[in-house]
Amino acid sequence: MGCMPMTSSFVFLMRYSKRMMDPHKNSFRRKVRPHERFIEIMLFFCALLSIIITVGIVVILVKESWLFFKNPQVTLKEFFTSKKWQPMIGDFGFLPLLNATFTTSIIAMSLGVPIGLFVAIYLSEYASEKTRAVLKPILEILAGIPSIVFGYFALTFMTPLLRGIFNAERVEIYNTASAGLVIGILVLPLIATMAEDAIGAVPKELRLAAYALGSTKLETVFQIVIPAAISGISATFLLAFSRAIGETMVVALAAGAGPNFTYNPFRSAETITGYIVRISGGDVSYNSIDYNSIFALGLVLFIITFALNFISRRISERFRQEYE
Amino acid sequence: MNSMNHVVQFGTEEDVQVLMEKRRHNGTLWQAVFMFSVSLAMLFLIMLIFSVVNTTFGYVVLVNEVESSTLIAQKDSVSSFTRAELEQVAFSRLSAGILRRVEYEKPIADRSDEELIALIEQYIIKPKVRKTWGLWDSLFNKIEIDRYMAENEGSYAVFRSWVNSSFLVADQSSDPLNAGIRTALFGSLWIILVTLVFAFPIGVGAAIYLEEYAKDNRFNRALQLNIFNLSAVPSIIYGLLGLAVFVRAMEPITSGALILGIEDSTANGRTILSGGLTLGLLVLPIIIINTQEALKAVPDSLRMSSYGVGATKWQTVWNHVLPASFDRILTGTILALSRAFGETAPLVVIGASTFISIDPSGIFSKFTTLPTQIYQWSARPQGAYRNLASAAIVCLLILLLIMNSTAIYLRARINRKKRLEA
Repeated sequence: MGCMPMTSSFVFLMRYSKRMMDPHKNSFRRKVRPHERFIEIMLFFCALLSIIITVGIVVILVKESWLFFKNPQVTLKEFFTSKKWQPMIGDFGFLPLLNATFTTSIIAMSLGVPIGLFVAIYLSEYASEKTRAVLKPILEILAGIPSIVFGYFALTFMTPLLRGIFNAERVEIYNTASAGLVIGILVLPLIATMAEDAIGAVPKELRLAAYALGSTKLETVFQIVIPAAISGISATFLLAFSRAIGETMVVALAAGAGPNFTYNPFRSAETITGYIVRISGGDVSYNSIDYNSIFALGLVLFIITFALNFISRRISERFRQEYE
Repeated sequence: MNSMNHVVQFGTEEDVQVLMEKRRHNGTLWQAVFMFSVSLAMLFLIMLIFSVVNTTFGYVVLVNEVESSTLIAQKDSVSSFTRAELEQVAFSRLSAGILRRVEYEKPIADRSDEELIALIEQYIIKPKVRKTWGLWDSLFNKIEIDRYMAENEGSYAVFRSWVNSSFLVADQSSDPLNAGIRTALFGSLWIILVTLVFAFPIGVGAAIYLEEYAKDNRFNRALQLNIFNLSAVPSIIYGLLGLAVFVRAMEPITSGALILGIEDSTANGRTILSGGLTLGLLVLPIIIINTQEALKAVPDSLRMSSYGVGATKWQTVWNHVLPASFDRILTGTILALSRAFGETAPLVVIGASTFISIDPSGIFSKFTTLPTQIYQWSARPQGAYRNLASAAIVCLLILLLIMNSTAIYLRARINRKKRLEA
């Protein structure tokens, strides 16, 4: 492999110098190389595929949702306002699913955000090199565990734990609290790693200036470093929120099957993703209202997460311009 | 007024001392909070591993359908049977159909004693799981197990590791004691292979275009932004995409009807090819981003010297940039594939979770994967299936660990090479 480039450029040089010696040929004119152009076009199409995927997602979600909303049983008003989702008997209000999705995500964020942020602060401001060398791999391991394992954890560990702490009669076997807490653990490494990057990007001079004015380490962190990194940190939170909303296997296993409009986190309630998995897992027939409904809900999910990701991306891009 | 306040606040030395004390106290308090958060994060990982390991080992209380003493008088355990007795029991008690199948696979006379014992246990004695306990209870709460056994006549307890050699090679079964993950393992490997073949060349190609060829214009910036956005799309959306495109619209191709002329279309496009392509789309943005990082790490001087001796763009990329960054690209790809390996939701959506006991034989086979198998087993309410799920999780995590440590090993090798070059 190593001598290949040398040989080929040597041959190339030989050919080139021969042509230079020939006075009748304009040897400095750019040689037409059709295969170079061909390769570039091929590579371009590889990159273009990503656009095709995005367009494909949008087209398919919109098309199937269109079929869903075209159904005479479904009205837009009912979809957005009714608190009942029972496609079998003609109830098409997606609020219970949305409500459960937000319940689990908000529980997840209320666990993941403070702990993730504090871990990030500890890692970047307090921890010694040695501690970091231990903690970072632990976060990486936690981040690398598939979500199905977290689902199992929610079902077999978190739910019994909650039922033990609170009354087993009040906490149902499937509940959104358990799923939410475990999703919080799932997004924790993401928040910690990204927030640490944001905090680490704050220039050292700012910290030194704060110390010079006599502030303590904590005051420097809370009044100088965090405000300076706030755009990166909030971008992280938004991304984690979108992750929590799109999380599927944990809620499919632990949050319960069956839509239920409730604000009580100890009761079972199906989320958008949980519904999609349950319906599509059972060999749904094409062109049925069930089949179309999962795409309509997929569209809702896509719009929410896309908006969150987009805002997050915008914020972090602005942030990058501040210090580089 | 304002200045008066300041005088009051920072007036005497004593006030400053008190204030300083308070600020220091605050500092220590919050540092404790930060450290507590870190230990919580570690605790979560420990709890997770504990909950999996706990259900992977432990006592199982079984009840036999047929007692061995009724087979051969006064022998309480099959393992104490002599060879002649084993063969006699096998021939006399096995039903004709099973006997024919068993003899066809391997004649009973040729089987070893251990194989015969396993055979007799599976088909004649038929132990049934009554209840299972985790490792913790098995070690520290033995009394409860004994009490349970006393209440249930004819039951006996066996300490069982749910991960064992037969678990790895057995196929799915409705009996938890004989169920295994062989079909799921094959399914996962096939899927990963298809994913790799599809996503690796396209991902690397796209990354080369974006890093080496693309000019900084509006379109290419949009392309880049789009890839970042795609990498954050929930995996279940890819499942819906795969369901509509690969399973439904491209059914003649993905079910193999068009290419191989397979008429038996029980798979309905819910094949390994569909699954692999779906996961391929899912990991494509990740591979692109990782490869871009790898290409960015190649110093520009390398490109410049290649151009300097007259190489074209593609010659530079192919002969210099790619070889120099290949280790990193490989590392990034392995990490992306390990993400695909643990992915469940998209495969469930395109229909992988059906009960399958035949090994997949090619890209047009129906399939189940390790994570979907875990999902199926976890979703069942019976206790023993939870044990199976945790055993499968142990296998999944070990496989992921192998993949990731390969990536880490490669990364370490890159660093060493870098140091040698420097």
